[in-house]
Amino acid sequence: MPSIAENLIGLAGKKARSVFRDINDASKIVNDIFYWSCISPLKGKPLRFRASIYEMVKAGYNSVPIIAVISFFIGIILAFQAAYQLKKVGALIYVANLVGVSITRELGPIITAIIVSGRSGSAYAAEIGSMKAAEEVDALISMGINPVRFIVVPKLIALMVMVPALTLFSDLIGITGGFVLSVSVLEIHPYNYFQQTVNALLVKDVLTGLMKAWAFGVIITVVGAYQGFKVTGGAEEVGRRTTAAVVASIFLVIVFDLLFTALFYYFT
Amino acid sequence: METAIEVRNLITHYGDREILKNISFSIPKRKTTVILGGSGCGKSTLLKHLIGLLKPTGGEILINSNDITKINEDEMNGVRKKMGVLFQGAALLNSMTVAGNVALPLREHTKLNASTVNIMVRMKLDLVGLSGFDKFYPSQLSGGMKKRAGLARAIALDPEMLFFDEPSAGLDPVTAAGLDELIVNLRNVFGMTIIAVTHELPSVFTIADYVIMLDKGQVIFAGTLDELKASDNPRIRMFLERKPEQEMYSPEDYFKIIAGE
Ligand SMILES: Nc1ncnc2c1ncn2[C@@H]1O[C@H](COP(=O)(O)OP(=O)(O)OP(=O)(O)O)[C@@H](O)[C@H]1O
Ligand SMILES: [Mg+2]
Repeated sequence: MPSIAENLIGLAGKKARSVFRDINDASKIVNDIFYWSCISPLKGKPLRFRASIYEMVKAGYNSVPIIAVISFFIGIILAFQAAYQLKKVGALIYVANLVGVSITRELGPIITAIIVSGRSGSAYAAEIGSMKAAEEVDALISMGINPVRFIVVPKLIALMVMVPALTLFSDLIGITGGFVLSVSVLEIHPYNYFQQTVNALLVKDVLTGLMKAWAFGVIITVVGAYQGFKVTGGAEEVGRRTTAAVVASIFLVIVFDLLFTALFYYFT
Repeated sequence: METAIEVRNLITHYGDREILKNISFSIPKRKTTVILGGSGCGKSTLLKHLIGLLKPTGGEILINSNDITKINEDEMNGVRKKMGVLFQGAALLNSMTVAGNVALPLREHTKLNASTVNIMVRMKLDLVGLSGFDKFYPSQLSGGMKKRAGLARAIALDPEMLFFDEPSAGLDPVTAAGLDELIVNLRNVFGMTIIAVTHELPSVFTIADYVIMLDKGQVIFAGTLDELKASDNPRIRMFLERKPEQEMYSPEDYFKIIAGE
């Protein structure tokens, strides 16, 4: 009978081995995606532009309403919370600074990334997973078509364009939300609020936010594709992988957000 | 007899489990070869190796005297352009119409303009008896129609070799016979080398020129259809006469198995 300690070590070893295998698989996917999106177009194998546009419409255009509503509400909430504190020190006008900076630097990108993870990241895992289960991926390979180039690269291009674009949109709507609350409930003069926002915001606030958004787009695609390609069984596994894709991409988005925020704090 | 594919000492594993145990055979050119065998004996696995989807643990697979287990992905894609594959479930891309599916290899591998591609697609669809269905999505087709659409896609580039995994499985006898007739025509008219995995006996007797029989990961027979019919190997007779497998263990062993010892 192995002792509990032996069991634990054995379990840890098994876990570690599976983690290593995951890292290995993931790096292979990342490698492939990089090759087929950056290197092979240079070698004269064209990207699939029409498919990319189609993916942009699906991931970007269709999530405009939900992002608009959520960003607007977040803008209002943020203005309320800021006012709660700033009122006490009689600096209500600084609501504009707080709303503007925190939305462009942080909340715009993160809200967009979370919504896109939920909508597109999960859809990518499900789509690729069911293609894998139905031998469609094998069929592509047997036709001499690389599945990463065919399926993943258009999605990657779509999210690399659309997540920053949606973030910009979310910034705008979020700030509008703060503005609407401030001029109505907080009774700040619209012109003052506008001036205050323009003065508070630096170009780099917006730019760092957009850079983060671009990276989030890459993360969401890679995680969705990774989980999708890992499917070997049937429909039940597709469901499990889809959930895993959403959880993992939100987690990684937050981890990278922390990393970028720390970097920008020290280096800009 | 010219050989199209030669397999030498092929060994394959899934994880630690050995599936194909050192098998060797050759497949003749411009003939229909049927790979026969009971469920789970490794037929689909063998087919996946022949089309380069899986890499074996050991052995060689020579296609036109090219060892596909040693070549890189680019060279393999060159070989694949001369192959057409019809998968067990047809494996049509669900996001595209039937016409889009058939056009896919043409768009990817040729520089033909759109109107020529359209004409080629209609020709192939007509050949498999699916004219008029080009705008349908795979989800709107029946099982038999999907198989035929998959076949149209497999022959889009006029391949030298055509692979089928269970072409008539899950089809009614009439539809299955129709598909068999198509396979026979493809060999007769276009001189394609056809490799089909199946365990439907009527289908075997219609399409096969040459038969390879697998059992538990080993080749137990390779020869012409007439030689197969004349064989007195008990495993083959059991298969051809559709006899159930003999009980292999004694009651005591059976007790042990169900008690999980
Ligand atoms: N992806 C896989 N991972 C692990 N084992 C597998 C996998 N695919 C097949 N096997 C195993 O390999 C063996 C051969 O499977 P294969 O699919 O080649 O059988 P087959 O002869 O095509 O059977 P059928 O006639 O039922 O389609 C089976 O015992 C199966 O359990
Ligand atoms: Mg099979």
